[in-house]
Amino acid sequence: MKRSIIITGGTLGAAAGLFMLVNTLPGCRPSTNVQSAVTGDAANKAYVKPGAYDEFYNFVSGGFSGQLSVYGIPSGRMLRNIPVFSVNPESGWGFSEETKPMLMTTHGFIPWDDSHHPELSQTDGVPDGKWCFINGNNTPRIALVDLGTFRTKSIIEIPNSAGNHSSPFTTGNSEYVVAGTRFSIPMGTDEQRDVSIDSYRENFKGTVSFIHPDPATGKLDIAFQVITPGVNFDLSHAGKGPSEGWFFFSCYNSEQAYSLLEVNASQKDKDFVMALNWKKAEEYAKAGKGRMVPGKHYMNWYDDAKHTGISEVRNEVLQLDPRELKDLIYFMPCPKSPHGCDVDPTGQYIVGSGKLAALIPVFQFSKIQEAIAKNDVEGDFMGIPVLKYASVIKGEVKKPGLGPLHTEFDANGFAYTSFFVSSEIVKWSLETLEPVDRVPTYYSIGHLCVPGGDSKKPWGKYVIAYNKITKDRYLPTGPELAQSAQLFSIDGPKMELLLDFPTIGEPHYAQALPAELVKPREVKFFKIEENQHPYAAKGEKEAKVVREGNKVHVYMTTIRSHFTPDNIEGIKLGDEVYFHVTNFEQDWDVPHGFAIKGAATAELLVMPGETQTMKWIPDQIGVTPMYCTDFCSALHQEMQGYIRVSPANSKVELKGVTKSYDAGS
Amino acid sequence: MLLALAAIALATLLTVPIWRIDLKAPQYPEGLVMPISHDHFAGDIQKINGLNHYIGMATIEDNMFPEFAIMRYAFYLLISWGVIAAIIGKRSALFSWLFALFAFVIWAMWDMYAWGYKYGHNLDPHAAIQVEGMAYQPPLLGHKKLLNFDAWSTPDQGGWVLFGVITVAVLLYLHDHWVHHRAKKKLKIANP
Repeated sequence: MKRSIIITGGTLGAAAGLFMLVNTLPGCRPSTNVQSAVTGDAANKAYVKPGAYDEFYNFVSGGFSGQLSVYGIPSGRMLRNIPVFSVNPESGWGFSEETKPMLMTTHGFIPWDDSHHPELSQTDGVPDGKWCFINGNNTPRIALVDLGTFRTKSIIEIPNSAGNHSSPFTTGNSEYVVAGTRFSIPMGTDEQRDVSIDSYRENFKGTVSFIHPDPATGKLDIAFQVITPGVNFDLSHAGKGPSEGWFFFSCYNSEQAYSLLEVNASQKDKDFVMALNWKKAEEYAKAGKGRMVPGKHYMNWYDDAKHTGISEVRNEVLQLDPRELKDLIYFMPCPKSPHGCDVDPTGQYIVGSGKLAALIPVFQFSKIQEAIAKNDVEGDFMGIPVLKYASVIKGEVKKPGLGPLHTEFDANGFAYTSFFVSSEIVKWSLETLEPVDRVPTYYSIGHLCVPGGDSKKPWGKYVIAYNKITKDRYLPTGPELAQSAQLFSIDGPKMELLLDFPTIGEPHYAQALPAELVKPREVKFFKIEENQHPYAAKGEKEAKVVREGNKVHVYMTTIRSHFTPDNIEGIKLGDEVYFHVTNFEQDWDVPHGFAIKGAATAELLVMPGETQTMKWIPDQIGVTPMYCTDFCSALHQEMQGYIRVSPANSKVELKGVTKSYDAGS
Repeated sequence: MLLALAAIALATLLTVPIWRIDLKAPQYPEGLVMPISHDHFAGDIQKINGLNHYIGMATIEDNMFPEFAIMRYAFYLLISWGVIAAIIGKRSALFSWLFALFAFVIWAMWDMYAWGYKYGHNLDPHAAIQVEGMAYQPPLLGHKKLLNFDAWSTPDQGGWVLFGVITVAVLLYLHDHWVHHRAKKKLKIANP
């Protein structure tokens, strides 16, 4: 009896022990805990106390939201979401009469885009805080955002392009930003464009465009376009230092597949990085070596004095053909569908990232020049010389990880490459081409950003991962989740995770620069005396209501806390009413909103000193309310008025008034 | 000589603000300031007016003040008075200038107080915010709390110049007085 108790007890004990052992042994079963990997003082390094400012502005693409979002680093606090390619009912962007022209294209008014890559303007190869460019990938466009107002200043449509991915990367003094087409297409006349898709090889061509931003006005204009063999352009970066004057574009689908690219464009061992001599292209363009070809496109520009967007239509574009201008472009083989194409701070090395490769080739600019001089080619691709791979590389980073995508740099000779497939950032030495550190990212990183990390002088300090998959990083919010960004310190020899922060859309690329380069530029309000809007009312004395046929113009003012006029009568069904709202406040952070019941557009959010117009087509007889939407003062809730709408044949006199107390009510 | 310089120094009052009102509140961490020159207001006058309309205070405008039109002549008078006193070089002339300066300061302070009283008490009966028994008279000198605002009233550059000039004039007068007194004493000792 005793023995059996001992045996039973012993057996149970052994079983329990084994069970515990199995469950605690590392590697016996995958852990389901959320990964943290944060060390002790991470919180302090990312903490920005209330009232204090972040050290860096981080401009992050809004992805398929079509916008540009702005974060503070290291706190990861969202500061602003700037409307660019997509309408924004919050501010009336794309809904007000003044902003509608900004979204005009040859396809008409396009209220959306898929924005991928913000790029800061540069002076001497370093971000200067003046502008931020961003591409629209879907309906090929490039926008310029003014960092004085944090508003979109100019948008240009790219002709002869179909999908604008490898853009808008800049030359060292923002002489140009580039736009390379993701899809090659047939171009030219209607007959030349209406061809069988099977005829890709004969008829489909790519283009890369060089867009010049006017330093004074910020107007974007296409200086010239280089026509290329039909491939898919992916990313690009300008040379700098010794490679200044050159531009490098990654391209895939050298198979020239036009169906099931997933397989058909992944057949060749190597695709290309295209080296383009833009100084030479500029010379050729100036020397009249190009030709004007059909290329209808819109150039939209916002006039800050008139507070109005203006669209101009261009019908042609200057094109250069490298089959005639022999020394313009060269192809360099690059393993397995290259994605990132990044130039190190010294300008000597170009890092290609084959997204299906398990190595990173590093091209050396001096070797590229030698190979060109010696005509060291392995053949040609559609008439363009292909330089010998072995002759142009410094070497390869061996077994760094799986699926390299993008590389940014610090100022100490290290590169940071993102790996989508193995979900990590790998730090490696540009000198030895050896990996020195790696950190996991949660999950599946796409782009990454080091402040100034694609420039001549990286500020370093942090690397930020923009992950493609979020899953369990935050409190769950149904099937649709925020995007996941992660901040790492790179001050020490080991990368150190500091912070997770959610972002909008799907952030692709992002750039960061010290706040001190941007902060002094900030416009606090628009000066009312400089307002040249044709319908501005720069004081209540100028407020009025004017009828022109069936169009009624209301010159309206806002000040805390009333509209002038706030009682409008004599509007008839069939009228088009234009409310030109001028906010003549002259203080920082005193916008007024303007909204009408049943308005089919959106509200207006009018900044101090600004005029914005809402077009309203009344559809019901009666008295309709209007009100201020932005809590402007203690009497904000009193900031309201009425619009009387009468039948089309009514004889009600047109008038608009705001009655003072003494005038009686 | 020093007297003439002091008198001419008064001319700076024609170019710089003489007095200033500073306001601070939680939602105005940067503060609001209203510098007052001899002939106009400056600074955040528009913002201050914007706030004041809630409590029914009159809009501050340059043309509210006839003083702005005549103040320069008062300064012309004071400057020339001082220069003439320096030329005459007599103690009585200096004394008269000192008297004029004091008279001017007293008048200016009284005038400001009177305006402040009127401005702070004459409120629009239809104002949106009405606090029982509340008046908004700004302080004549120093600090006062007005609802959620801290208000300060202090001399600006011009005011300090004016006080400097008065101090110099007083010291000159005392010095002169003392020298004269001693000379008299000496005279007494010499001729007992």
